[in-house]
Amino acid sequence: MFSFFKKKQKQFPEFWNKHLSLFKNEVNTPLNETRFIFLDTETTGLKINFDRILSIGAISSIANSINIADSFEVYIQQNLFKKDTVKIHGIRKSGIKKIEELDALKLFLEYIQNDILVAHHAFFDMGIINEALLRNGLGKLQNKILDTGILFKASKHQVNYVDKHYTLDDLCDELKIPKSDRHTASGDAFITAIAFQKIINRLNKKKDLSVKDLLQIKA
Amino acid sequence: MSNVISLRVADFLKNYPPFNFIQKNRLQEISQQVKVLYFEKGDEIFKQDKKTQDIFYIVKDGAIGLYRNEDKTAKLIDINDEGDIFGLRSIISKENYHMSAIAEEETILYGIPSSVFILNLEKNKKVQEYLLSSFASNSSSSKTTISNSINSIGADQDKDNLWELQPVKYTKKVISCLPNTSVKSLAKTMSKKDIGSIVIAENDIPIGIITDSDLRKKIATGDYPIDTCAKDIMSSPVITQPPNITVSQAQMIMVKYNIKHLCITADGTINTNIIGFLSEHDVLVSKASNPSALIKEAKRSKKVSQLREIKAKSTALLKGYLEQDLRITHISKIISEINDVLTIRAIELAQKKLKKKPPVKFTWIALGSQGRHEQLLPTDQDNGLIFENVPPEKYEETKKYFLELAAIITKYLHKIGFEYCPADMMGSNPKWCLSLAEWKNQFKQWILNPTEEAILLSSIFFDFNFIYGEKSYTTELSKTIHETLSTNSILYKFLAKESLSKPSPLGFFRQFLVEQNGENKDFFDIKIRAMMPLIDAARVLSLYNKFVDINNTSLRYEKLAVLEPQNKDLYLSCAAAFKVLTKFRTKQGVFHNSSGRYIELKSLTKEDKLKLKKAFKPIKEIQETLALRFNLSNFS
Repeated sequence: MFSFFKKKQKQFPEFWNKHLSLFKNEVNTPLNETRFIFLDTETTGLKINFDRILSIGAISSIANSINIADSFEVYIQQNLFKKDTVKIHGIRKSGIKKIEELDALKLFLEYIQNDILVAHHAFFDMGIINEALLRNGLGKLQNKILDTGILFKASKHQVNYVDKHYTLDDLCDELKIPKSDRHTASGDAFITAIAFQKIINRLNKKKDLSVKDLLQIKA
Repeated sequence: MSNVISLRVADFLKNYPPFNFIQKNRLQEISQQVKVLYFEKGDEIFKQDKKTQDIFYIVKDGAIGLYRNEDKTAKLIDINDEGDIFGLRSIISKENYHMSAIAEEETILYGIPSSVFILNLEKNKKVQEYLLSSFASNSSSSKTTISNSINSIGADQDKDNLWELQPVKYTKKVISCLPNTSVKSLAKTMSKKDIGSIVIAENDIPIGIITDSDLRKKIATGDYPIDTCAKDIMSSPVITQPPNITVSQAQMIMVKYNIKHLCITADGTINTNIIGFLSEHDVLVSKASNPSALIKEAKRSKKVSQLREIKAKSTALLKGYLEQDLRITHISKIISEINDVLTIRAIELAQKKLKKKPPVKFTWIALGSQGRHEQLLPTDQDNGLIFENVPPEKYEETKKYFLELAAIITKYLHKIGFEYCPADMMGSNPKWCLSLAEWKNQFKQWILNPTEEAILLSSIFFDFNFIYGEKSYTTELSKTIHETLSTNSILYKFLAKESLSKPSPLGFFRQFLVEQNGENKDFFDIKIRAMMPLIDAARVLSLYNKFVDINNTSLRYEKLAVLEPQNKDLYLSCAAAFKVLTKFRTKQGVFHNSSGRYIELKSLTKEDKLKLKKAFKPIKEIQETLALRFNLSNFS
């Protein structure tokens, strides 16, 4: 009877098993020792279940330090290619060294470990990465997720609160972050990282903010 | 991995010294190791007397205050903003931090691991020179208010005339002793000669050195008996250098080997005769004493040609200071001091030349930029002469004498390098060689019956400054001005209006406005469009506030900030803006060999333009303040 289930169980590649194994024990590190991964994806479009990832850019931080040496950038070979999205992010079909999607996902998982992922409007980036993982016969990312869009709203004083959709450009304007390299995955990831630092500063006025508190902030 | 982010960091770094001297691919390697650090206001980056971190910083955004604890109070030494580096000096000298660094506002720093950077330092001479000169200056950080383009112009210039790179002056009488001298007698020699170190030599070949610290560490501790031979405790071999070593090389070697003394030998190796000895103190003296040496030299000069040389040297000094990015207030002070001494000496020499003693007491005053102590670049001379009141029958001959004297003085000044004033505002002009009573009358005239034409001419006279002679005359003149102003205030309106009449620096679309015609067509006139409005406004506001003893524009604003606390922010930003503009103009002038007044927009980097535009900001505000205060809206 049990063997029936066993047969059905799929053989995952080593790197995926490793990814899952990292989440066996709950970790509870203080905020200023936690490694956060800021990421952004450039895609062929905005439909999670149709469009594909063209590149992933990511950078990490611990406490107040964003570490450029610990950054991540891949460009992915895709067959689905739409002309009109090129205008936004400028990834042409050739010219940059591109790798297969599965290889990119493998490198990405090795990079992010079990750390908390931060993205602006994370729903989209996580959705399309998860979609890619599933397409390649793997499961969803196990990492905890933070969204700078939601965190930013929470950081705003009630007086100034406007329930609107804050784009990354809006964040740049309000937090006075220079907008360079917008619409490259790495550039947006970097901006997200700086925005995160500034938002945390606003949320952590009492100096008692924990990672748990952050994860509980809801839209 | 080189990616978009590290490329962007490299793009930023390359705008600022010393990174602008580093090759592109090396800079990218450095950029990949950079940490981007976020600090909120009040956060401490490092603390004085604490061990150095293995990372130094460049300000990306925001401002960092450097503080030194003196007598239990933290004293602000410097504020670093975009592009300034700090925290490197202590890493190189391997000492604890000399200062604390605190974020003055929300700040983003790039942290550069020193290991990555120092690897590069060994090979790059320009970076070494830059760092040395910035460390040598008392200011602990390298102030880079004016960015890349100017710096690189400076760096490409022939630096031979920079005293920094001139041969160091070393002690030629070397006190040495033989290897088997006992430590006791050696210490006696050192005490007698009052020296902190002694060379151990055999046949004039240096073989070792003993310093105070050797005596402390090896003898006083009892590790060695006092009759030990010199050769047993000396440091050996000695570090030797050839006689033509430059100040900056000497300092570099001392930093590198962590030593305080160098032996100078005939060919720079340890195998030739010792011909000199150089201590860290000598290096410091040859750096620090330079302006004062010039002043001393000027005071002793017997010929105008000598004064001319000193003036040329002071220009080289100015250039060096600008390359080191010293504070502009500091530079102005030194250069103005030298200019004043040169003028005084010229007056003394002129009196000698005339062979007749002055019949009565007199005072020489500087006007305009020299009066304001803002004359960094060689510009025209503006001056005047006040002589004692004499009875009418004596007036003619007295005036004749002083006109003669003034003619020689202005000729000498011209020879030294202060060119004749094209508008003839000089003491040699009968209009500006007057008795004290006449001067008082003249100022009363200007104050009580101002006409636009007179104002144009006279505004320069309100910035007079005592240079030579009878000090009480200028004090009296100031008093008269005060008294007259308190009876009639129409002058303020004229002066304020004059200040507002200057063409504005930026157009409606925030573009630089350039000259429309003339020989400077398409150039930006920094003097008329940016500096004069600030100078004029400072003048009228200080007259309004009844202080005439401060002439310098930034000092005037600083004083105004104290007197009118409600406008403190505006005045302080005016003072800061004026300093930025002065430095900018001076750099332009020094490196283009011009008056620095007309700037070619094409030669400016984006960074420069931003800095200038930032400095223009308070101009409009101060003009609005003037218009409001002196009710100029319906005054014409």
